[in-house]
This record gives sequence, structure tokens and C-alpha cells, in this order.
Amino acid sequence: MNDFLIYLLILSGSTYLIRAIPFVAVKKNITNKYVKSFLYYIPFSVLTSMTIPDAIYATGNIISSVVGLIVGIFFAYRGKGLTFVAIASCLSALAAECIILLF
Amino acid sequence: MKDFLRGLRLGVPIGLGYLSVSFTFGIMAVSYGFSWYQAVLISMLTLTSAGQLAGIQVMVNPGQYITMLVSQLTINMRYSFMSVSLSQTVSSDFKGIKRWLLGFFITDEIFAVASQEKGATPKLFLGLSCAPWIGWTLGTLFGSLIGNVLPPVIMNSLCIAIYGMFLAIVIPPAKKSKPIIIVICITAFLSCILYYVPYLRDIPRGISISICAIIASLTGAFLFPIKDKGENENE
Repeated sequence: MNDFLIYLLILSGSTYLIRAIPFVAVKKNITNKYVKSFLYYIPFSVLTSMTIPDAIYATGNIISSVVGLIVGIFFAYRGKGLTFVAIASCLSALAAECIILLF
Repeated sequence: MKDFLRGLRLGVPIGLGYLSVSFTFGIMAVSYGFSWYQAVLISMLTLTSAGQLAGIQVMVNPGQYITMLVSQLTINMRYSFMSVSLSQTVSSDFKGIKRWLLGFFITDEIFAVASQEKGATPKLFLGLSCAPWIGWTLGTLFGSLIGNVLPPVIMNSLCIAIYGMFLAIVIPPAKKSKPIIIVICITAFLSCILYYVPYLRDIPRGISISICAIIASLTGAFLFPIKDKGENENE
């Protein structure tokens, strides 16, 4: 529990400060194109490295996880929104889990 | 008051979206062994998806404070970029203590809406932040309470939701940009190496995620520096 509170402090504190400090402190635009580019690519690389390969173990079963991911990729590629893609992934993974349970 | 109400209305769709995603965060947190009030506390005080997911993965092991800090700083680095960008576009009376307080609410989606409002006032920003924060908190509460009752097969399936959301964020911009696809491929390759190769796989996951993201983004920045403003509007 003690450990939890320290972790919570680091988690929420660092997330808050990384948002607030630049918001308060920066008054000029970033002009260096390499810094801008690095920051531009960060969201994509962070989300990719969190997803690959971890997501294929997300449901505890590789087959249902991969089914869910393929369906998710399909709908994301078709331009569906966050909520739609998330629900489609879950339902297809659930369907796969049920089929696996039957056999 | 008019500004506040306008912000409130703009925030409702974000809040509904957050409700469903944080629902799965609640379920995942409980499946990792956290209690419902711990999950809710994390969501109320942090208000971020990727960072919280990485956070509970680190928290499972005791005493990895440095890993927690490094992984959070990397994962959330994008927020500082958004904050810088937002600091240019908000109204002139949006400063000092107001920035300290409202800076807490800068998320991908709130940033996206606020940056489309010319000269967003503190009242508008506060209104805009209400529904997302409430949605994020309530969703976590429901997820962590219901998560205990649902059959395992449904709980397991829901654990993929957050990755579905990541796909929906990454893939549409990648379709239109070859540099983004290349950065994604470099990241995926590095991430698999750090995940599977002996010795390298002993690096805590929170840190190895950061290493991949930093190397791939640096490579992207040097190979394909973005040309001018306007190309980075999907942040």
C-alpha cells in the first residue's frame, strides 16, 4: 500500500508536471525542425511499442488476441473512430474465445 | 458562463469515448490485482490512457520507481509538445495560476478540440475538461467493479480494447504518411528484439518501450524532418 502511494505520486505527478510546466513556461514557438519532427513522431512510436508485441498476449490467448487485432486493424484502416474500433476488437476476440472453448 | 457551457458541450463526445476506454482500464487494473479505489484514484489523478496502462504494469513489481519515472516521461512527452502548442493559441488572459490548474487536463483529445478554438478562454477550457474527466473516472469505477463479476472469458476479451484504441489513433494518419509507416516499422522491429532476445528481455518493459520510441523517433526526425507547420495537426 505504501508502495502504491509512492507509485501513484510518481505516476500522477510526472504526468501533471510534463503537461503543466511547458504550458506555463513556454511563450515562444519551437522552430528547430528536428526537435519538432522528433516530437511529431513520438505518439506513433510510443503507441506502436506498447502494442507490439504485448497486444498478442492481451487476452491470455494468442489466437483470440490476434483475431481481435486483425479486426481492429481492418476497421482502423477503414477510418472508424476509437470507440468503434475498440468495441469491434473486443467482440471479435470474444467470438474467437468462445469458438476455442467449444473445441 | 457562455464560454463554460460551450466548452461543456464540446467535451461530451470526448467524455463518452473516455467512458468506454477507461472501463477497460478498470477491468485491466483489477485483473492486475488492484482494488477498485486504487484504480479510480489512478484515473482521477492521472487522466491518461497509455501512461496509466504502462503505469500499472510497472506497479505490479515493487520498488521500480526509476522505471516508472522514465517510462512515464517518455510516454507522456507528447503532452509537453501539445502544451507548448496550446500556450500559443489560448486567450491572453489564460496565464499564471489558470495555466497551472488547467494544464492538468491536457490530453490528446482535449488538446485536439481546444487547439481548434481560436483564443480558448480559461472558462471554455474548464468546461471542455469536465465531461472527459468525469467520463474517465466513472468508466474506471464501473470497469473495476463489474470486472470482478464478469466471467473470465469476457474480461479477457475486454483487455484488448485499449490496443484497439491505439490502432485507431495510429493507423489513419499512417495511411497518409510514408515516414510514419517507416517509424512504426522501426519501432515494431526494435520492440520485438527487446521483448524476445535473451538479456535484452530482462530490461523492464517500461524502459524498453521508451528506448524503442526514442530511437525510432530520432531516426524518423533525421530521415524525414517534417517540412513545415500544418503537417503535424493530427496530434
